[in-house]
Amino acid sequence: MKVTFTVNGQRVSADEVWEGESLLYILRERLGLYGSKNACEQGECGSCSVYVDGTLVCACLVLGGQAQGRDIVTVEGIADGHALHPVQQAFVEAGAVQCGFCTPGLIVAAHDLLRHTPEPTTVEIREALAGNICRCTGYAKILDAVHLAAERMAST
Amino acid sequence: MGRDGAQPAPLRTHRMDVVRYWGEAVALVAADHPEHARRAAQAVRVEYEVLKPLSDPEEALSDDAPRLHPDGNITRRIKIRRGDQDPHADVVVKGEYEVGMQDQAPLGPESGLAIPDGEGGVDLYIATQWLHVDRDQLAECLGLPPEKVRLTMAGIGGAFGAREDLSMQAHACMLALRCGRPVKMAYSRSESFVGHVHRHPARMRYEHGATRDGKLMYVRARILLDGGAYASSSTAVISNACCFAVGPYECANAAIDGWVVYTNNPPCGAMRGFGSVQNCYAHEAQMDKLAEALGMDPVDVRIRNALETGSSLITGQVIDGPVPVAELLRRVKAMPQPAAAASAHLDLTQMPGGVSNTTHGEAVRRGVGYAVGFKNVGYSEGFNDYSTARVKLSVAGGRPRVEVHTAGAEVGQGLVTVQAQIAGTELGVHDVAVLNADTQVGSSGSSSASRQTYITGGAVKAACEAVRERVLALAVSELSGLGRADSDADESGWRLEHDAIVAADGSTVITLATLLGEEVIEETREFRPRRTARLDAETGQANAHMQFAFAAHRAVVDVDTELGLVKVVELATAQDVGKAINPQAVEGQLEGGAAQGLGLAVMEEIQVKDGVIRNPSFTDYLLPTTLDMPPVRMDILELGDPNAPYGLKGVGEPPTISSGPAIVSAIRSASGRPVNRVPVRPHDLLGV
Repeated sequence: MKVTFTVNGQRVSADEVWEGESLLYILRERLGLYGSKNACEQGECGSCSVYVDGTLVCACLVLGGQAQGRDIVTVEGIADGHALHPVQQAFVEAGAVQCGFCTPGLIVAAHDLLRHTPEPTTVEIREALAGNICRCTGYAKILDAVHLAAERMAST
Repeated sequence: MGRDGAQPAPLRTHRMDVVRYWGEAVALVAADHPEHARRAAQAVRVEYEVLKPLSDPEEALSDDAPRLHPDGNITRRIKIRRGDQDPHADVVVKGEYEVGMQDQAPLGPESGLAIPDGEGGVDLYIATQWLHVDRDQLAECLGLPPEKVRLTMAGIGGAFGAREDLSMQAHACMLALRCGRPVKMAYSRSESFVGHVHRHPARMRYEHGATRDGKLMYVRARILLDGGAYASSSTAVISNACCFAVGPYECANAAIDGWVVYTNNPPCGAMRGFGSVQNCYAHEAQMDKLAEALGMDPVDVRIRNALETGSSLITGQVIDGPVPVAELLRRVKAMPQPAAAASAHLDLTQMPGGVSNTTHGEAVRRGVGYAVGFKNVGYSEGFNDYSTARVKLSVAGGRPRVEVHTAGAEVGQGLVTVQAQIAGTELGVHDVAVLNADTQVGSSGSSSASRQTYITGGAVKAACEAVRERVLALAVSELSGLGRADSDADESGWRLEHDAIVAADGSTVITLATLLGEEVIEETREFRPRRTARLDAETGQANAHMQFAFAAHRAVVDVDTELGLVKVVELATAQDVGKAINPQAVEGQLEGGAAQGLGLAVMEEIQVKDGVIRNPSFTDYLLPTTLDMPPVRMDILELGDPNAPYGLKGVGEPPTISSGPAIVSAIRSASGRPVNRVPVRPHDLLGV
């Protein structure tokens, strides 16, 4: 089948998509958007977090066909060109990245949190990011990064 | 395939007539779409004669057990005998302990891209822990000379020991060479669970004897590790489990017996902490028991017996350099403790059971526990360890530029940053590029055993020093040739700083751009740590290790004593890192390592029944999330090891050793239950 949708503001389509392919598979293997990571394929780890029509989802749990006509934003669409988004910059500065595999999903999930809750408490951050598994950091520096991003976004 | 390479490999690439575990590769399929490959794989028919699996490591030791390998079922036997074998003690405590099978669960599954070169060779892009050992094993598997197999580090995705052994490397190369086309291979999460080795499950029986005033008189221990179907690094893991069986304590008399055996269970090998994680649960539970039997404070009894500089280990090795075991314990004990949960501001996320809303504090008891542990840094027992670094200084765009090239595997620990820091510091150059790791430069050894900052960092430092020496010599000859050298100038005071040679008084002698012009200065150096020796087969005595790293933890937990649910409220740790080359990355290791310790203590277990993994997914294998992992209070000591580059110590593993045992100690204290097995399950706390 053919699937057509918008990703990061651009109209794209993929041909000869097998009906069982996930949105994640299309993004990575057909569109070359390798930012979204494939770590569990069960919606447990959040590494493939993307926006579908503004809603945060795991791309591994969305069938490719369900993306038809939708507006998708991936981690590649978070930055403004080469200028990092404050959430990304904060992750770099706070040391919230070790192996980096969870990072894209956490960036999108933290971005989503700060859209709804600009000044989150630590408990609110913990709850919002509970669907994103990080195996390296123990999360402390990720919490620091989200607080740092929130402070900076509030002051601009 | 373990570092010893003496045992059959878990991955065999030739025709086979025996399958020893569930998950062993028997056929390979490549296709133009993963779904086609899956369906084709399903169409492969294999005829098995199904035998009764040998799944109990205790049974594997018995003479009646089927022999899984030609040499029998014992992969390695360790005996340590020290001092009086029949010593007197006023107080004796005994215990049996069990540790379940933990998975490294690196977030990036095994994957790689193999590209045939059209001339019989192959290029492999891969995330691994040791490029050169992979290359050598692949060359052997593929029947190619090593120079025909070239590896390049690709991606990271975490490792924690899971990438020490080959997984899909040979398979992808075989398919690529067969098809004459590039082949990409990526494990699903469930394939990843069966496609790499795990932390060895352990059964341990301990007996401690002490004097009435708390002096440890002897330790007897029997340690049995289940190595699964193939050897991997089992022989080194059991060595560690036995060498450090007593913990970081003085003990003049010891008898340690260790076995690691073959079974038909999934193969086990390297995971962060490597043998010291398992035994720490046992020796720390024993120290708590001893304290209770003596009516002593559990921290005091540990301090009373703590190793110090000049102490002998049970292997007879005298440890030099700082050994701050007592100091670490004092520090974690002195740290402020978190306030009790305030019922007026109920926060469910802080309760056992969390937002499942199972308690508002009823039947919740708080416990505090302590643990301290240690292990070796680097490879032990006579391993010929080294790392290679190539450093090149040139001028690009009118500015000096340094390129650092090693094969050191960045797995997320921060090795690339550390190499850049060292080169930038040693050569005083702002523009430092660390080239991607590949096999076009000499081996850096493995990103294992907390060794890379020490060994590869040491190699980069040595190569930089060689480059600096040539730069300074060039400066002397160039400047005297130009008649600019001041005969009164003290050239020995010159240093490299801010892209220039700077004199002792801080004035610029000459910029590197001017000095070098078109010249390129390149040096390659190998760095070797001090040598070690193999354990004596009968007594286990030897100077087997080159460095030791210590950490202590305190855990505060709340236990719902009616439901057996646990909330770890806070972890506190003190660790001597020698010198923190990158303080932020060091903190990240302490926090992340503690999270993996917490996982094994209360959440993570690969459940195996009759050799089959029952929970190979992130849905069924539980990893700590933001709601499980508490804040970590840290006290980082930099005591400086005189034998190591910059005085540093390996950092990555100690946080994973004593964090879990401290949590279990706190759970015992809160619940009043013995808790002899990890991960702790609700029914262990309820006696049902």
